[in-house]
Amino acid sequence: MVASRAIGSLSRFSAFRILRSRGEPAFVFSFLARTHINYGVKGDVAVIRINSPDSKVNTLTKEAHTEFVEVLNEVWASDQIRSAVLISSKPGCFIAGADINMLASCTTPQEATRISQEAQRIFEKLEKSPKPIVAAISGSCLGGGLELAIACQYRIATKDRKTVLGVPEVLLGILPGAGGTQRLPKMVGVPAAFDMMLTGRNIRADRAKKMGLVDQLVEPLGPGIKSPEERTIEYLEEIAVTFAKGLADKKISPKRSKGLMEKLTSYAMTIPFVRQQIYKTVEEKVRTQTKGLYPAPLKIIDVVKTGLEQGSDAGYLAESQKFGELAVTRESKALMGLYSGQVLCKKNKFGVPQKNVQHLAVLGAGLMGAGIAQVSVDKGMKTLLKDTTVAGLGRGQQQVFKGLNDKVKKKALTSFERDSIFSNLIGQLDYQGFEKADMVIEAVFEDLSVKHKVLKEVEAVTPEHCVFASNTSALPINQIAAVSKRPEKVIGMHYFSPVDKMQLLEIITTDKTSKDTTASAVAVGLKQGKVIIVVKDGPGFYTTRCLAPMMSEVIRILQEGVDPKKLDTLTTGFGFPVGAATLADEVGVDVAQHVAEDLGKAFGERFGGGSVDLLKQMVSKGFLGRKSGKGFYVYQEGSKKKSLNSDMDSILASLKLPAKPEVSSEEDIQYRVVTRFVNEAVLCLQEGILATPAEGDIGAVFGLGFPPCLGGPFRFVDLYGAQKVVDRLRKYEAVYGNQFTPCQLLLDHANSSNKKFYQ
Amino acid sequence: MTSILTSTFKNLSTTSKWALRFSIRPLSCSSQLQAAPAVQTKSKKTLAKPNVKNIVVVEGVRIPFLLSGTLYKDLMPHDLARAALSGLLHRTNVPKDVVDYIIFGTVIQEVKTSNVAREAALGAGFSDKTPAHTVTMACISSNQAMTTAAGLIASGQCDVVVAGGVELMSDVPIRHSRKMRKMMLDLNKAKSLGQRLSLLSQFRLNFLSPELPAVAEFSTNETMGHSADRLAAAFAVSRLEQDEYALRSHSLAKKAQDEGHLSDIVPFKVPGKDTVTKDNGIRPSSLEQMAKLKPAFIKPYGTVTAANSSFLTDGASAMLIMSEDKALAMGYKPKAYLRDFIYVSQDPKDQLLLGPTYATPKVLEKAGLTMNDIDAFEFHEAFSGQILANFKAMDSDWFAQNYMGRKIKVGSPPLEKFNVWGGSLSLGHPFGATGCRLVMAAANRLRKDGGQYALVAACAAGGQGHAMIVEAYPK
Repeated sequence: MVASRAIGSLSRFSAFRILRSRGEPAFVFSFLARTHINYGVKGDVAVIRINSPDSKVNTLTKEAHTEFVEVLNEVWASDQIRSAVLISSKPGCFIAGADINMLASCTTPQEATRISQEAQRIFEKLEKSPKPIVAAISGSCLGGGLELAIACQYRIATKDRKTVLGVPEVLLGILPGAGGTQRLPKMVGVPAAFDMMLTGRNIRADRAKKMGLVDQLVEPLGPGIKSPEERTIEYLEEIAVTFAKGLADKKISPKRSKGLMEKLTSYAMTIPFVRQQIYKTVEEKVRTQTKGLYPAPLKIIDVVKTGLEQGSDAGYLAESQKFGELAVTRESKALMGLYSGQVLCKKNKFGVPQKNVQHLAVLGAGLMGAGIAQVSVDKGMKTLLKDTTVAGLGRGQQQVFKGLNDKVKKKALTSFERDSIFSNLIGQLDYQGFEKADMVIEAVFEDLSVKHKVLKEVEAVTPEHCVFASNTSALPINQIAAVSKRPEKVIGMHYFSPVDKMQLLEIITTDKTSKDTTASAVAVGLKQGKVIIVVKDGPGFYTTRCLAPMMSEVIRILQEGVDPKKLDTLTTGFGFPVGAATLADEVGVDVAQHVAEDLGKAFGERFGGGSVDLLKQMVSKGFLGRKSGKGFYVYQEGSKKKSLNSDMDSILASLKLPAKPEVSSEEDIQYRVVTRFVNEAVLCLQEGILATPAEGDIGAVFGLGFPPCLGGPFRFVDLYGAQKVVDRLRKYEAVYGNQFTPCQLLLDHANSSNKKFYQ
Repeated sequence: MTSILTSTFKNLSTTSKWALRFSIRPLSCSSQLQAAPAVQTKSKKTLAKPNVKNIVVVEGVRIPFLLSGTLYKDLMPHDLARAALSGLLHRTNVPKDVVDYIIFGTVIQEVKTSNVAREAALGAGFSDKTPAHTVTMACISSNQAMTTAAGLIASGQCDVVVAGGVELMSDVPIRHSRKMRKMMLDLNKAKSLGQRLSLLSQFRLNFLSPELPAVAEFSTNETMGHSADRLAAAFAVSRLEQDEYALRSHSLAKKAQDEGHLSDIVPFKVPGKDTVTKDNGIRPSSLEQMAKLKPAFIKPYGTVTAANSSFLTDGASAMLIMSEDKALAMGYKPKAYLRDFIYVSQDPKDQLLLGPTYATPKVLEKAGLTMNDIDAFEFHEAFSGQILANFKAMDSDWFAQNYMGRKIKVGSPPLEKFNVWGGSLSLGHPFGATGCRLVMAAANRLRKDGGQYALVAACAAGGQGHAMIVEAYPK
């Protein structure tokens, strides 16, 4: 490779070229080929390459650890080698973190603690390496990957969007257990380290440089003698090798010059009082945000504190012990389960569609339609956005523009990228161009006759292969498809509002929907960045169907005299991100009424409980929720504060029900809401609406805000115990009747203790 | 010419059979090529096309290109353009009323003279009846001026057009901030004192921070030097190679200057200062000196430095272009034909400066020529790294296949024919004026060294590029 470069096309320069005495030595690969980690030597620099076999990402497994230690020992033992570069062979990924399966399979805290201690030991050796080691980071550098990088003497990162650094352990209910809690505060300062560890946020390379997390940035390259990805990583390696040499020769100092603010902060941190204040503030903030439901953040603070106050030996010990404790908590099992469920729902199980959707059309430029258009143009799909009025269309176009422009303000996009993305959107009032559409997603008013009308209009102008997708939250797809000439091309795509923020997409198939149509819809959804569950058709599908009985219970609780604020506190206290009353306001009271009536008809008394009249009266008074400025709460433009809507008092008074004291404790209220939800979810699995429990959990958490710390309704049953859930249901059934009758599948699980949704 | 003919006959008189055959060829062959034993066979003798007017360059001149901030620093752009136009008038003695049209290229516009072509023409003594317009296409602005002229002539709209370009980097428009401008404009419209005072009360100190123009892409916000550094890295062009190339450019320019090849220069008496007769940016240094410089854009490990980049330059050029018939009717002896040309464009981020790579094979194909047919290459040198990256790209089958949709590479130009009188790195690069310099250098080199075809190519901001075939006018 080097030889060809030397005698390349520029040999014509010989007249001007001074003979290079410094011939680059050939690249020597070590003979012992390892599976995960190999190295070669360039001059006096060892280039250590990480490449997990048969995977898109590199993970730190036990084997990788072992090989890494072997390689390090050889590097340290060799007289020829004076420094080393650590780089991934995979362009999009440095190291994505520790192997989650390795952690998930831990049954005792001791087991997990050992994993942590093993990693701590290796990284400590790395930190104390007599030969400087440069981490050359391109792509994701997360969790254990980042902890490894910060144990190196120097870090160089590619400045592209794929390169992100972070410690997302907290999102899995654990803590950075390979020295991260001890090294990060020293490297980026205590406040920034807390921010990284407690939010788990990804940090882009340029920001990482400013924070002092990386020492140098390398610009991504375009096409040259090789593909951009290949050449960029090669370039990164070349630069890293230069710096490794410089460090070995002491021409470059690994110490970073700190800015004034940094100096001031680090000075302030030497004052014990300041440190105590910071711990206190952070702890308070964490307590209010997690409501005590998530143990990991508090443990992180604790471990950092131990390291800073009692020295690093105590710190590392605390880190590994707390890591062990956290790894076997219910919360971490739930969160890790969600993580693997999410990975599952980011794949297309239905194969590659015959035709790639290039031209998309969206009907209706309302909140949903424009949102769908936004996430589509964002990914380069040409999107027609059709509405019936100029005003409606203009509102939708403005929504898309604003969505993109907000990203520019956050520096996630440049204004030029915004413009070129926005040019993918074509707003129109007619069906021009629909003859090229590969897929039409309708987001028109939720009314069967309107849906039928547009379906007929669309089928008259679109080609044979065009998929017709309906974005409806409750209308059965087979009823919509009834008037279709091509029912195999009709499918439901249920997006959640706001579309650009909510990750979930629920895809609904009817008996007639073809597999290719499903594959097409999933492919589009994945392109739009969605987490996808595919469910069978039926009233309310999966998500709306679970929500309806829960909302019905919420209304009953309100009718029984619990005020909306109290109810919100109770539900958020259980782990719901949004309180139940606020949720109704956000969804829209009219929508809730619609759904309650439709599903009430379909499922009868079982969906009863609260009175739909409450919703009806609210709608008639114009209390539609946030969108009309009044619902259970009063909303003011530009203000985040909300106060109770006092006009609701008379409505609530007129529909007042007597509270039943035996099931009205705070805990009972929480469980009444949750068990109805869970029971309905399990019933959906029993009836075959859901294909897998994992999809049920993902749908509930990502679409409806089911408490993530519980991992979704199915994980909840597994972890809490089916018998206990049934006991709760029986208790409420005795008071309220069949609305709480546990379904058969749940009873089966309760009767046999080894039956689990997740084995 | 006659002497060559006779000498040929003398030498070959013994073998009269061959003599006859050879006697035809020297008509289109220069003395030098004749001397070389391995004479290439041109795939085409001329690029004249039936029913298409031949377009000729009668003459082209430029004022000396100076480092910005030197002797031209107190002038305005139209002053430089005026000097180039006067020089052209002086050298050609073209009657003013014959000129049908004037086109100038420029990049950084002086807002007072946004149609700098018209202001300069009026001041240079051209007829006020001759219309003029200004074009802009980054570093290929004067190429655009020339090809626009060619189009006007070919389509029969004009017979005589002056094309040129100008750039004055000593002075650039530095604007008030948008907020300040908005307030000033609103103040203009305010009617009452109250309105004025309320507007003034909105004033904040940061309104005064100015907006500076940058040699950066609007679309990507990346400066050109930064992009060039990445381009060089993408093609694995080393710092040493870049310094060597820059040194070559300066050395060759110095040699050309000393030997008097830069005959397109017209002296310019700068008001209140000396008469300028020479380019002042030619500074052959040594590789050791150049190696000491720190990278200018990607710090601390980049490879593009001040020494291997073209520098900010003030200058202007102008050229008299006519239909061949008109030129001959007026008794001119044209210098060259302007033949096929092409504009290309590609990704402004990662392929910003690869215009020549894309344009070269296309223009050769259009003209029905091959690289071997070209006797003189005149490429715009924005950066050493850019030129060397283009060489590598032109020499790469992989690049041709994966990015240009071509089956095989076009091949990189042989250095002995490439920019042998220096280039933008050493002579300077007044953005709007470089194109005419390239064409005149190509024409003069063909005249001086013999040869039939020259290829002019350049890259430009916005990811655009241009190439043109210049054909020698028979002596």
